[in-house]
Parts: sequence; C-alpha cells; structure tokens
Amino acid sequence: MSLLEIKNLHAGVDGKQIIKGLTLTINPGEVHAVMGPNGSGKSTLAAVLAGREGYHVTQGEVLYKGVDLLDFAPEERAREGLFLAFQYPVEIPGVNTTYFLKAALNEVRKHRGLPEVDAIEFLDIIKDKIQLLELREDLLKRSVNEGFSGGEKKRAEILQMAVLEPTLAVLDETDSGLDIDALRIVANGVNHLKRADNAQLVITHYQRLLNHIVPDYVHVLFDGRIVKSGGKELAFELEAKGYDWLIKGHKDQLQPA
Amino acid sequence: MIQTAQQRPAAASDPFVAAFARVEQARADQPSWLFPLRKAGLARFAELGFPTLQHEDWRFTNVAPIAQLPFRPLLASSVTQLPSNFIATLPLASLAGPRAVFVDGHFAPALSNLRNLPKGVKVASLAAALVDHAALVQKHLGQHVRDDANAFAALNAAYFQDGAFIFVPAGVVVPEPIQLIHVASSREAGATANLRHLIIAEAASQSTIIESYVAAVDAPYFTNVVTELVAADSARVEHFKFQDESTAAFHIAALHATFGRASNVWHHSFALGARIARNNIRTRLEGEGLECILNGLYLPKGNQIVDHHMLVEHAQPRCASHEYFNGILDDHAKGVFHGRILVQRGAQKTDAKQTNKNLLLSDTATVDTKPQLEIYADDVKCTHGATIGQMNDESVFYLRSRGIGTELARRMLMHGFAGEIIDRVQHMALREVMDKIIWERLEMNPQIAERK
Repeated sequence: MSLLEIKNLHAGVDGKQIIKGLTLTINPGEVHAVMGPNGSGKSTLAAVLAGREGYHVTQGEVLYKGVDLLDFAPEERAREGLFLAFQYPVEIPGVNTTYFLKAALNEVRKHRGLPEVDAIEFLDIIKDKIQLLELREDLLKRSVNEGFSGGEKKRAEILQMAVLEPTLAVLDETDSGLDIDALRIVANGVNHLKRADNAQLVITHYQRLLNHIVPDYVHVLFDGRIVKSGGKELAFELEAKGYDWLIKGHKDQLQPA
Repeated sequence: MIQTAQQRPAAASDPFVAAFARVEQARADQPSWLFPLRKAGLARFAELGFPTLQHEDWRFTNVAPIAQLPFRPLLASSVTQLPSNFIATLPLASLAGPRAVFVDGHFAPALSNLRNLPKGVKVASLAAALVDHAALVQKHLGQHVRDDANAFAALNAAYFQDGAFIFVPAGVVVPEPIQLIHVASSREAGATANLRHLIIAEAASQSTIIESYVAAVDAPYFTNVVTELVAADSARVEHFKFQDESTAAFHIAALHATFGRASNVWHHSFALGARIARNNIRTRLEGEGLECILNGLYLPKGNQIVDHHMLVEHAQPRCASHEYFNGILDDHAKGVFHGRILVQRGAQKTDAKQTNKNLLLSDTATVDTKPQLEIYADDVKCTHGATIGQMNDESVFYLRSRGIGTELARRMLMHGFAGEIIDRVQHMALREVMDKIIWERLEMNPQIAERK
C-alpha cells in the first residue's frame, strides 16, 4: 500500500484557489522532492497535509495509509506519524523545550500503545539526537524556538522530527535561510532518519538542498499542478536551466484564480 | 492632576480625622519627629480625598467600594485567631531564611523567625526600629515617597501602625530570602491595616526580599501598604511581592524606590487576589549605569480588578529599565496597566523598554493599557508595546502539529504566558515555589479548554 496518495487535489485559502489538480503518490522508503517557483503552491500543499486552519479542499482526496487524511485533526495526523518541518517555526515564549518535546513524544507514544517516558528516559532519548543536529544541550532549557537563530530553528525542527520518528516527514523550505554548514547538518540529520518504512517529502525552491538530501523522485509544481516528474537528474536540469523552459507552455494557459 | 477637596463631600473625611486622635494616644511612645510626618499625611489626605474616575491616574480603577467602607484602622494589636499551623501551610513557608510575620498590620514575634541573621543585617518591626535604630529610620522614613497626589499613601503616613525595617549593610551578601508575611485575619468590613515597610540595602550588598500578602479570612478588609526601598550604589536587590488577598478584600500598595549607581534591582509583582488591587510603583533611577527590571504577572478572574501604575524616572545617564507585565484574565475581570517612563534632561544613553501583554480567556474580561513615554534627553532608546488578545492560533497549530491536543496546547500556552514572567525570578528556590503556585492557580481555570 502506498503511504500517501494525493489524487486530483484542489485546495486554496481565503477563497483563492492555489492547488488545481495535484496528483502524487509516495511509497515507504522513498524520498520525493517537490520543487517550484514562488507562488506555485508548495507551501499550500504542506499546509493542507498538516491540517492548517483556513485551508479548504474543494476537490480530490488525500489518502494516508489508505485512509482519508483530511478527516483528521492536526494532532491526530501527527500521532499517526505525519510530521511537518515548518518554514517559519513558531517562537513560544515561556514554554520550555524539554517539557514541550516530552509532551509531544508522549502523545505520540500513547497513540502507538507505548508507555510514556519520564524525564530521565526522555533525556536519554534526546541526548544523541542533540548531537546529531550539532545543537547545544542548553537549548533544551530554553523556551521553544525563542531567541534561536534562523539556523538553530531549522535544526530544532529536525531535532523534533528525530524525537517523534514520523512515518512521513514533510520538510517545507527547510533550506531557506540556512548557510552551507547548517544546510549540511540539517541534511545529515534528515538522511540519518531515513528508513525503509518511512518517507520524506522535501519541498524546496532551490536545488542545493538536494545535493545533500538525494531524492528518488523530483516533481515540478507550477500553478497548482505537477507539470513534470523525473529522477534526481531533473533537479540538476532545473538548476542549470531554471524553471522557465518547463513552465513556458503552462504560463500561456494560466487559469484565472 | 491635582485633586481638590471640593470634589469630595467634606463630611466623608470626618471619620478619618476623628480616628487620628486615637493614633496620637496609641503612638504616644513613638519619637516626636514622627508626628509632623503623620499630621502632614492626614492633612494631605483631607485635601485629596479618595480619588475618583475623574482623576487622571485613577481613570480606569474605581475605588468607590473602598471609600464606602466604614473606616476601621486596626490600631491595637488583636489577639490572633490564626490556626496554629497557618504559617506552615503557606507555600512560601517552604523557603528557608528569616521571616517577619505581621497579622492585621501588627508584628507577630511568636510567628516570626529572625534568628541567625548574617552579621550586621537587621530585620525588625518598624515600631521597634523607631527606638532601636532611630537615626537610620529618621534619615529614610518618608524621604523616598514621591507625592504624586496619592491619597492612600497619605492615609498610610497618618495611620501606619507597623511594618518591617530591613537593613543590609554595605558589602554583605544575604543568600536566603528575607520574608515579610502579612496575614489578614479580621472579618470586619473596613478593617484597615496600614502597613509600612522600610528597606535599606547599602552599597554592594546583595539580598532577596519577599513581601507576601495572604488572608486567613474571606472578608472585605483593606490592606493599605507603603514600601520604601533604597538600593545604594552597586547593590543587588531582588524585591518580590506576592499578593494573594481574599477576593472580597481591597489591596492598595505603593512602592517608592530609589536606586544608586551601578545597582541591579529586580522588582516582581505577582497579583492574584483582592477584589480591587492597585500597585503604585515609583522608581527613581538616581545613579549612573544602573539596571532595573520591573516584572509583573496578574491573574484576575470573577469580578477582580488588578491595576499596576508605574513611573520609572531616569534621572542619570546610561541606565537601563525594563518592564514586563503579563496578565491572564478570565470571567469579568479587569486589568489596568499604566507605565510611564520619564527620561530627564541629561539622562543620555537611557535604555528603557516596556511591554504589557494580556491574554483574555473570556469574552467579558477587559484590559486598559496605557504606555507613556516622556523624554527630555536626545540620545536614548525607548520602546513600548502592548497586546491584548486571545490565544495565538499560529502557536496552537504549531503545538497540535506535534501531536499535542487542543486542550493541552492551550494549557501549555497559558502556562507559557505566565512562565515568561516567572522565569525572570532570580532566586531559584523562590522561582520554583512560584512556578508551582502559579501552575496550580491556572489549572483551576475552567475556561482554558472550552474556547476554540
């Protein structure tokens, strides 16, 4: 069974149609990259998958592990193993990172029928993962994302991913705002978490992240639809030629919003 | 800003004047220099009368319920009716260190523990200090109060019965917090404790002082307190105020503080109780290069009103002052925040920052917030900001996207909102106790999860 099946998805926000017939299938063990210029619908796709409020699906369906994902609340999706690495992680002053992450992990564990972890067990779990993301341990004592640098925020997202061990991770522009070292660390973390029974959907504007996280499939999103799919070599082609050669024909027939 | 006597019927002041004769009798043993101070307070009170909503500084807080109370100053120390273990059951009692307990405005030596103070440190009742440390008290008492037409401070000057005297000599470090615990035990409507604290932290001393106000009864009594705080050059002072009065009671407090060169001062105001609570905070930054943090948390619900009214006066260059006040309001509660930063001519390189954030848990809670900058120097950095609103949807979604349900997400954000303030408490043991108290108090809130 496919892990994720998006069939003819139409979705938008604030009455504006942004995704206009998107079809995509992801199987366990695969890494997919969705690339596209600004405004093509990349972040809307991430928002719809995670269940962000205000986004409306008008047509099509999204099956996750064979069931209709759109029926579930964001927290239920997360407990079922869906993870979204935010493009702009939210700062939450006053909420301690350890407390937050432990609570999240225990929600997921409860859902999976596993015993909850206590503070000491949690520290054991998180220690290696902190090192994997080359973060400082004092980050655990700070408020969630508060005062983190741009790079720390993105690495902290992947730290959360490492703790929650999702079945499907959606990385929304995780490379934006990262310098080359941070990019390497983030990618290394993501690669480390790859397994035969999980999958990753990497949403990005630029090819450079895909030098580090090598996708099995690359899809080009334009005007709410996938206009071309291919292997990893498609990303290199895009890097060399830009988007224009691909989207030229489509630009002429842009649908009014 | 000047309130004249005509705005209030003259007859209303009569009980206050009449009762003063009893003060003169009851305090006949006190030094003669004190009487002019008391009489000036009485005259000022008679002139001002209780403030009304027409008074600019009291626009948002109606104190008519206090003015309408019968005036019953608790001049004589009553036999305490406290359960024997009352103090031990207070959450703050778990903290080690010296403590002075006051019941209805009077020092209660049997409940206090002032043994083993570090060398030279003095913690005593003000009444005793008037005799034992007469010169020091005379030098400071009443000298740090700004007359900003505060009738309650004037009333306090006339009627104060007792309070604490704390003196930390130069260079002395007091590791454990010094606690002043006030317990209200009178069930009489209008029973008024006029409490007066004088705290002197000499140069380069370090201390933590906790003022707490708790109740053994649920009644419409009135606590009217004035604290004068002096932090001399390079002193490091953490002054923590915990107000947890009966929700039927009234609490009016004034903090008048003077800070010296290169001092570091934290003042925290945690306001949980009282039907009407008002904190007048007046700080004068009198030396160069000092840093002060005013940090407050208020959690009114029901029909409670909590008001913080601040003046931070930058009188010297290179001082930093930061104000952080967060409120979580439920039911029909009302919060008032007035933060005025005054930067005087010559106070160059001032760094003043002020934030007031309010989280409304109900549709009927209200907040009046009024930041005010008054700047007479040209090379300064001053910022202020205020927010009033409900739970941030973006934050709720972030937590939910990690598997945390809506209810827990909302709880976490609410605790986080309080946690921002609690985290600024420097004394670790105190921070832990407060964290626990606030957590439990917020968990009693029925409305957290219901709203969407």
